[in-house]
Amino acid sequence: MPSWPTNTKYISQSTPRVDAAAKLTGRARYSSDIQADGWLYGMILRSKWPAAKISGINLDKALQVPGIKAAITVRDGERTVHFYGEELAAVAGTTRQACLDALRAIEVKAQPLPFVVREDDAKKDNAPKVWEGAANASPGKSREQGTLDQAFTECAAVIEGFYTTPVQIHNPMETHGNTVSWTDDGVTAWSSTQGISSVRDGLAGALKLDHSQVRVITDFMGGGFGAKFGAGAEGVLAARLSREAKAPVRLMLTRFDQALAVGNRPSSFQKIKIGALADGTLHAFEMDNYGTAGIGAGGDSGGGGGGADIPAPYIYKVPNIRVKQTHVAVNAGSARAFRAPGNPPASYGMESAMDDLAVKLGMDPLELRLKNDPNEIRQREYKTGAEKFGWKQKYQKPGSSPGIVKTGIGCAGAAWPAGGASKSTQGEAQINPDGSIEFRLGVQDIGTGTKTVIAVVAAEMLGLKTEQITVKVGDTNFPPGPGSGGSTTCASISPTVFDICTKALQQLQTQAGIADARGENWFAACKKLGVSPLVVHGQWQPGLSADHACGVQFAEVTVDTETGLVTVKKVVAVHDCGLIVDKLTTESQVNGGIIMGLGYALYEERVMDDLSGVVLNPNFETYKLPGLADVPEIEIVLINMPERGVIGIGEPATVATAGAIANAVANAIGVRVSSLPITPAKVLAALGKVPPSTASKS
Amino acid sequence: MKSPEPENFGAHSRRTFLKTLGTAAVTAAAARAQSVAAELEKVNAEKTLGPGAVPVTLKVNGETLKLMLEPRVTLLDALRNYSSLTGAKESCDRAACGACTVMMDNTPIYACQKLAIEAQGREITTVEGLAKNGKLTKVQQAFWDKDALQCGYCTPGFVMSVTALLKKNPRPTAEEVKHACAGNLCRCGTHPHILQAVFQATGVNTASKTEVMDYA
Repeated sequence: MPSWPTNTKYISQSTPRVDAAAKLTGRARYSSDIQADGWLYGMILRSKWPAAKISGINLDKALQVPGIKAAITVRDGERTVHFYGEELAAVAGTTRQACLDALRAIEVKAQPLPFVVREDDAKKDNAPKVWEGAANASPGKSREQGTLDQAFTECAAVIEGFYTTPVQIHNPMETHGNTVSWTDDGVTAWSSTQGISSVRDGLAGALKLDHSQVRVITDFMGGGFGAKFGAGAEGVLAARLSREAKAPVRLMLTRFDQALAVGNRPSSFQKIKIGALADGTLHAFEMDNYGTAGIGAGGDSGGGGGGADIPAPYIYKVPNIRVKQTHVAVNAGSARAFRAPGNPPASYGMESAMDDLAVKLGMDPLELRLKNDPNEIRQREYKTGAEKFGWKQKYQKPGSSPGIVKTGIGCAGAAWPAGGASKSTQGEAQINPDGSIEFRLGVQDIGTGTKTVIAVVAAEMLGLKTEQITVKVGDTNFPPGPGSGGSTTCASISPTVFDICTKALQQLQTQAGIADARGENWFAACKKLGVSPLVVHGQWQPGLSADHACGVQFAEVTVDTETGLVTVKKVVAVHDCGLIVDKLTTESQVNGGIIMGLGYALYEERVMDDLSGVVLNPNFETYKLPGLADVPEIEIVLINMPERGVIGIGEPATVATAGAIANAVANAIGVRVSSLPITPAKVLAALGKVPPSTASKS
Repeated sequence: MKSPEPENFGAHSRRTFLKTLGTAAVTAAAARAQSVAAELEKVNAEKTLGPGAVPVTLKVNGETLKLMLEPRVTLLDALRNYSSLTGAKESCDRAACGACTVMMDNTPIYACQKLAIEAQGREITTVEGLAKNGKLTKVQQAFWDKDALQCGYCTPGFVMSVTALLKKNPRPTAEEVKHACAGNLCRCGTHPHILQAVFQATGVNTASKTEVMDYA
């Protein structure tokens, strides 16, 4: 079995990302920056009806707009649209303004249909059907173990709660989109994607081309968080417009489009009943959960998909359980994978119930976790984090913080059971006689630092400096790599680069006759290659990576009981990801996970209007993201476990935050706000100062 | 296209009055001919622009850009799509995210909220105009060192906001940095590192508090 080197110069140290200068000077070209020769703007006309029969779309007037080179419908003939924002037609033109004019000139004949956008409404028997001939609510899946009803009678404490989480929108800063050029030689797509291979395959399938006729390039991309894997309607439309207009088409979604049609995290409505024995041992757990994945049918989301089911009782083992889950279709854009699918809502619901149970038991909630968490690594993380955070010194009984602005603390645990690696990952390196070396992997860097990881591992293995390593990714012409999802990228590419380097050193030994070509011998060895560069192919190898990362987070908040405003003051996060490859970018991942979790806890929610069926907040003024002033002091402890090999960190880092913050709020004010996001209105309602809002129940 | 002035205005407007003066009036008032001609020229310069493309001259990063743009084209659109300056990013296109932040006469502005024709005669600086001869500015270098960027799409906007702040206030407090960046959003959650980077750029040492512990 291969193993990672010890006494490292780069691995587990802090290496600033290798492509930062390009991003900091504006030199980096994202998909939205591509200016292919003669390129046209592309734009999409979307349904303004949440449900309608479309009997005709007339493009004639759009085609007459000066500058318009192509106008197409998504499909011919009659069709039904199922959500506000569904794609109807698309145009390509020489200016943005021409396209805007053309969209307004398209005539759509539509007969509006009844619709439903709220989960509770959609569950009713007489609700309009999202899909003809199918009930909105799935029959539901049940799972039972032990003797639940009897078990509850054996408990010393039982609590019941109804914990809800909203639909969250990915909102990457770069919207979805592509620049696509369709020529006789095939299709080239500069895609803002997390999966160049899946986009290639998707485009080829939709356009009836061979895979080899489609090339996807992603030099830089502005964030995805799970929503950017497929070619998407927008990718296919861009390609069709390019064919029609005989010119490259850049079709990037607007911020509005982004909120409607390209994914979201499903909602959850978790009715939880949980009981423990007198010593705090969890004994009985019952959950009835429903949520919506929009028009998507939903399904299990325990590890990767975009469905509405969540893992329960999450990270805990309870001997007697009954779990029932239902997904409810509504007339809204379909869910997609979203950073740790299923896990943040599961953590929020379960960890809230744990704290409520601790109150009933009269136990310190941290003690209740230590009593019941079966995972040894997390046990260690709780103890480490508690000390760093000062849990013992800070903990007060719920609601006992004095004054108008109250302080509270909370904690929660995370797991990422998916993870692991894509075992089919390949890559190559070209070593030139002058000693320069270029790595080529068909993976993409979505902002996590993938290029930097390649450079770090290569520099370590070859005894070179990271500046000497040229890294090329984001091109389907390179050996195939994984999609950037499931926190698998780092664990996929690190062993692959390890393998390439091992083989390169072996071949240099054979060809150059130098026993160890690393470090100071590098240039001499390469020179002996003569005139032909050495190209070395490698692939993922077992023994260098693992899965199942864990983490725990502690949060301290203040709650203004007059305004209801929650401020997160501090977060201590303790995470493990096996062998840390680059400390600096790992730290960035954890920061990012916490801040996204903070948004989920306090601000983010897609709001649907049940009268019109539209998304009311498809923009950044009303869909609030955390800003610099909202970000607390964050302290991170990384538990380094080189013996496990490399594990991804992107997803586990965002799981526990909302639960920890929610528990801190409950600890501060002595009552539970059992619905995310924890807005001032909900805090005041929980305190009995204002009536509960009926509008924010979903 | 409609004139911006009311058509049925009881008295002549200054513009129509001058226009209808005609040659006779000019001849008759020979002594004042020159000043009338000058007035006419001035008035003609006020003519309605558009809807078609008009010549627009922008001064960006010290260089002159001569473009033909419809008057409704924003500065952001002009930079990104009528020249090759794609550093300023489009993310919301409605003054809510700051990815398009550029400096206009050293003041940070949202380029998506400024028409290109309005930006004429002003000094525009984009992220491409900061590094001179390939040498990063202190702010850029600090962002790199502290990993104050992830996907990088919001980064040019933050760099411009911070650069503009430090021009006016070389030693800002954390609160002042937060205020200066209040108009910039980042979805990757790079904020703590941005704060560290700003302090490094001002010469304040900010060591990472992150601790690495061995499990074994």
